Amino acid sequence: MSSADSTFKRFVEVGRVVLLKSGPFSGKIAVIAEIIDHNRAIIDGPTTGVPRQSYPYKHLTLTTLTLTKLPRAAGSGVIKKQLEKEATVEKWDKSSWAQKRAAAEKRRSLNDFGRFGVMLAKKQRRDAVRKSVVKAKKSS
Amino acid sequence: MARSKELVFAKRGLYKGLKKSEKPAAAETPATVEKSIGGDKNGGKRLVPTSKAPRFYPADDVRIPKKSRKTSKPTQLRSSITPGTVLILLAGRFRGKRVVFLKQLESGLLLVTGPFKVNGVPLRRVNQAYVIATTTSVDLAGVKVDDKINDAYFAKAVTKGPRSAEAEFFEGGKPKAKEAFPESKSADQKEIDKAILASVKKTENLGKYLAASWGLSKGQFPHQLVF
Repeated sequence: MSSADSTFKRFVEVGRVVLLKSGPFSGKIAVIAEIIDHNRAIIDGPTTGVPRQSYPYKHLTLTTLTLTKLPRAAGSGVIKKQLEKEATVEKWDKSSWAQKRAAAEKRRSLNDFGRFGVMLAKKQRRDAVRKSVVKAKKSS
Repeated sequence: MARSKELVFAKRGLYKGLKKSEKPAAAETPATVEKSIGGDKNGGKRLVPTSKAPRFYPADDVRIPKKSRKTSKPTQLRSSITPGTVLILLAGRFRGKRVVFLKQLESGLLLVTGPFKVNGVPLRRVNQAYVIATTTSVDLAGVKVDDKINDAYFAKAVTKGPRSAEAEFFEGGKPKAKEAFPESKSADQKEIDKAILASVKKTENLGKYLAASWGLSKGQFPHQLVF
């Protein structure tokens, strides 16, 4: 792969960790095991609950993570071993992208009372910020 | 749905024989009653028919409407609404208020209360169609809703005697004096709300939540929200 002469940083390649954008597994991550053609790839997520299947690139988002030493057309067992060895899922969960997604999902699933609590907390934060700004202005 | 001959046969259950309901024989009233008649030349007794034949028959036939055998079913309470559920009122004078559901009345309407002290909503009946049920609920363990609070409790008092609009107009043109809210009703309100307020206080922010009005802000769509 010649990434040296390209400005792109993420490629569709064997071992690339992808985020699924649609379908019953949307929101989960998986690994590209084999490239079928210019439209589809075989993806597999043995530790993330995504069964091995063909998936169109249209419904995938490439992440910055890759499995470095994944051979072509590796089976689920090999992928699982590599995922665990490189702690890819933990890395993904720690990334700000995944954390933002989790936060947005949490907000969305809040009930009316929960949203009210968020509103109160935001009010409190605003008040604290405003007061400290006033204080800082006065002292300077 | 198309039904096969066999299915219809099984459904009708005619193989069991036709259903015959036996009614208790009503005591027959005799067609005539013997009555004793005063006066010498009246024969002493006379047979009098128990039900008198009408003296006139209507000139035109009056159509008798067919009797309907349909009966209205009692309103089913939405499964998301249980006693203590916080509801959001969507229509009427108190629209946007968050209230506590107490029970369903005979008419199918929901009995709710603000509590009155928290958001000004009194004991009130609302239709469940004009309500959003939230997943939040108030513990109603210590709350007892008296049986006297039923549909009749909320009925308007009947005004005594017919009053013509004219009489009202000539009453000096003054607006009618407002009647004071009955003390017994405000006592009922206080009694029910007391226990609710106690349990509301146990959860942080719940009082503030009930006091605040509900509304949609930009980018919020009710079908996408979780309540």
